[in-house]
Amino acid sequence: MNLDVRMPIGLMFTIFGALLSLFGLLGDPKTWEQHPLKVNINLYWGLVLLAFGVVMLVLAMRGRGGERS
Amino acid sequence: MHLQLGAIDYAILIIYFLFVLGIGVVLRRSVSGTKDFFESGRSLPAWICALGFIGANLGAQEVMGMAASGAKYGIMTSHFYWVGAIPAMVFVAIFMMPFYYGSKARSVPEYLKLRFDEKTRGFNALTFAGMTIMSSGISMYALAKLLNAILGWNFHLCIVMSGVIVLAYIFMGGLTSAIYNEVLQFFLIVLGFLPLILMGLKQVGGWDGLVSKLSPVATNAGFASSAWTDSWAHTGSAQSNPMGIEWFGLAMGLGFVLSFGYWCTDFLVIQRAMAAKDMGAARRTPIIAAIPKMMFPALVILPGMIAIALHTAGEGGFKLAPKGNGLDYDMVVPAMLAHYFPTGMLGLGLTALMASFMSGMAGNVTAFNTVWTYDIYQSYIRKSASDAHYLAVGRATTVFGILASMAAAYAAAQFNNIMDILQLVFAFVNAPLFATFLLGMFWKRATGHGAFWGLVLGTVAAAIHHGLSLPKGALTGLKGGWLGTAMHTYPSEMAQNFWTAIYAWTACFVMTIVISLMTRPTKSDADLKGLVYSLTPKARDHDLPWWKRPVTLGLLVMGATLVLNFLFW
Repeated sequence: MNLDVRMPIGLMFTIFGALLSLFGLLGDPKTWEQHPLKVNINLYWGLVLLAFGVVMLVLAMRGRGGERS
Repeated sequence: MHLQLGAIDYAILIIYFLFVLGIGVVLRRSVSGTKDFFESGRSLPAWICALGFIGANLGAQEVMGMAASGAKYGIMTSHFYWVGAIPAMVFVAIFMMPFYYGSKARSVPEYLKLRFDEKTRGFNALTFAGMTIMSSGISMYALAKLLNAILGWNFHLCIVMSGVIVLAYIFMGGLTSAIYNEVLQFFLIVLGFLPLILMGLKQVGGWDGLVSKLSPVATNAGFASSAWTDSWAHTGSAQSNPMGIEWFGLAMGLGFVLSFGYWCTDFLVIQRAMAAKDMGAARRTPIIAAIPKMMFPALVILPGMIAIALHTAGEGGFKLAPKGNGLDYDMVVPAMLAHYFPTGMLGLGLTALMASFMSGMAGNVTAFNTVWTYDIYQSYIRKSASDAHYLAVGRATTVFGILASMAAAYAAAQFNNIMDILQLVFAFVNAPLFATFLLGMFWKRATGHGAFWGLVLGTVAAAIHHGLSLPKGALTGLKGGWLGTAMHTYPSEMAQNFWTAIYAWTACFVMTIVISLMTRPTKSDADLKGLVYSLTPKARDHDLPWWKRPVTLGLLVMGATLVLNFLFW
């Protein structure tokens, strides 16, 4: 197979995570002040997605290295 | 309810579509023949097959339906997982996968051909092909209706768009593309819905808060106060729980007949395990899939329970919309998304929801094109052509499958009854199926005539039982009683379904044995090697480390499921 599935998964979640956390950080604070739990969910969950995406990417890279050696 | 999307929500949705299509484009290069297109070249590792296995099953009907059910019946809905899925998944892995993967069969109907005869295969292939198109069409219809209702998008455009995207990635990359996308969708669904559960639980005050907020829901409906939060405690009689089913019907109907009938014989899921790279991986696939499946009640049922708790307590400004005399339970998930997700997260939540619709569709379409090409086209229309020819037919069938799904989606939109009738017929056909496979795999004396007529008579038994019974308060017609008089009234539709399945299975099991004993076997022991338990060398896994042995893993999963049942007894 010429594609490690962890690669697109890692890339997509890294992009989603970066987008959401930046949006949470820089966006209109009203978004989260009006939230029922008053939590900046875009920022926090964005960071979770970012971490997941990066872990997937690292795993995919290491898998590729392993195949070569 | 109308949701307003921002630029970032659209951005997330578009990025997701680009990735889905991108996977198809990249995988296109690795498809060189039918084996790649329909069977992923039998090359995938167990964890990918397992997440595809579970992703294909995690359609939107499951996400939205289980949440609706969680609101309506509470935690008893978890029986669809801890009783109605895990045991069957472990069983198919340990006992049945050696025959599916180990035989030369490329599909479930083809196994029936090798084990029994042509007519049994034909019956299964045709009903299965019809069923996959219906399910895919229903997914498509439900997606378009939902997007139209909450976003105001054009219904026809949604049908075409979802059809074209799924078509594109299957057409290019075949089964591998579908499975890779199912893995992507699996993570998207889990990570997209998890924050909803976390925030919902926080607002109701954790599990204890949820239990106390659900007690008025139960007492208002006339049940014991813990009826929404105990899964077994109130199943002594059908009248004392909201599902209207007693423990025996539940364990036999759902836990045995329906669940084994689905997980052990439905090619949609079996196809994912058969794409594995070796026998060990194929057998581990359903067991690894059982691990997330075991946790799914938290992801799909809890939102419904939280929603009804918040609605009833009148807290935090969350309300479910009314519908008829009750509430619009089908809108639980969109309502929760609207409540907890601001723009940004909303895009992620909606993308996850769309992903679940598309994975359900793609699963059906890949199963359809395989069964059509191998079991119908290659068996009845053109027997010996080149591999390239069958690959072209497979791709053309994918286009046809999508078009037929669209037609089914419009049929569902136009004639509500036709869809219900067809689903009923397929329920009748499916209920007895597990008896045929059980006897086929474990009793070498079962004959082709026995299997075929057993299936037919089991289907007839299901229809007769349905025609002579009615759920409480229902009118004669599609709900039952259409054979003149209803001889028995069940407390709920679910109870009637479970018992229909029990009758159908028993009829098929008994009649297959009787007719087999009356007819002469047409296959010799040599023909049946690799197809029947007693004539197949046992799979040996002593050389594997313990965490790769199917039996060890299966026992661990069963033990964990048992613990879950007791925890939420």
